[in-house]
Amino acid sequence: MANVTASQSTLQSLANPTRFVAIADRVLPWLLGLTLVLFAIGLPLAFFMAPADYQQGQTVRIMFVHVPAAWIAMFTYVVMAAAALGSLVWKHPLADVSARAAAPIGAAFTLICLVTGSLWGRPMWGAWWVWDARLTSMLVLFIMYLGLIALWHTIEDPIRAGRIAAILILVGIINIPIIKFSVDWWYTLHQAASVFRFDGPTIHTSMLIPLLVMAVAFMGLFGVLHLMAMKNEILRRRIRAIGMRAAYEGRRGVA
Amino acid sequence: MGGVDHLGFIIAAYAVTVVVLGALIGWIVLEGRSLRRQLARLERRGYGSRRKSGDAG
Repeated sequence: MANVTASQSTLQSLANPTRFVAIADRVLPWLLGLTLVLFAIGLPLAFFMAPADYQQGQTVRIMFVHVPAAWIAMFTYVVMAAAALGSLVWKHPLADVSARAAAPIGAAFTLICLVTGSLWGRPMWGAWWVWDARLTSMLVLFIMYLGLIALWHTIEDPIRAGRIAAILILVGIINIPIIKFSVDWWYTLHQAASVFRFDGPTIHTSMLIPLLVMAVAFMGLFGVLHLMAMKNEILRRRIRAIGMRAAYEGRRGVA
Repeated sequence: MGGVDHLGFIIAAYAVTVVVLGALIGWIVLEGRSLRRQLARLERRGYGSRRKSGDAG
C-alpha cells in the first residue's frame, strides 16, 4: 500500500511539466553518456568479436542493427500505448506529450528495421521484400506511426488530437503481438525468434552478448531522444498557450 | 572480416542506420533550438509564460 502511494506521488510530481523538464535536464547527460559508452562497447563487439555465421557468413552482422531496431520499434509503440492509457484513464498531463514525442522515434526505428531487413533479405533470401506475416505486420506498424504523426499535425487542438490519437493507439496495440508471434502462427520466410523464447535463447553467447549490448545501447538512445522530444513538445504547448493568451488579451484590448 | 561476403549490403545497412538516426537526432535538436528562440522572442515582447524559460530547457 505504501509502495502504491509512493509511486502515485512520484507520478503526480512528474505531472508538473516544469518539474519534469528539470528532472529530464539532470538525467539526460548521464543517459547520453551511458548510451555512448554502450555503443563504444557494442559496435566493436558486433564488428570484430562476434563470429561469422556458419550459414550466413559475415552478413549476420546486419543483425546487430536490424534486431535492436525492431525491438525498439515495438517497444516505442508499447510506450505510446501506456501513455495513451494514462491520457484517457488518468488524464495525466504528460501522457499525451509522451505519446506524441515517441511517434517519430518509433517511425525512424521501424524504417531502420525495414530497410536493414531488406538489405539482409536480398543476399540471404534472394528477394528485397516478401509479403510474409512478419514483414507485412512490421510495414503496418510503420504506416500506423505515419498515420498518427499525420493526425497530430492535422488537428490543431492538442487535447482533442491527443484523445483521438490515444484511442487509435490502443486499437493498434493488437499489431504488437501479431508482429511478435507472426513467425509462429503463420509459415513465414522470416526466421523464428531466437532470443525471446519460452525455452531460452537459441543463439550462441558469442553473438548474443554483442546483440544484447547493442539492444541496450539502442534503448538508451531511445530514452535520450524521447526525453529531448518530450521537452520540445512541452515547449511547443507553452508557446501555443502564450500565443493564445496574447491573442485573447489583444482582442480584449481592441474591444 | 577478411574476404567479406556481401560487404556492400552490410555497409549499406549500417549507413542507413546512421543516416536515419542522424536525421532524427538533428531534427530533434534543431526543433528544440527553434522552439527556445520562439519562446524567448515572445517573452521579450512581454508575453512571458508564468514560468521562467529556463525551466523548459
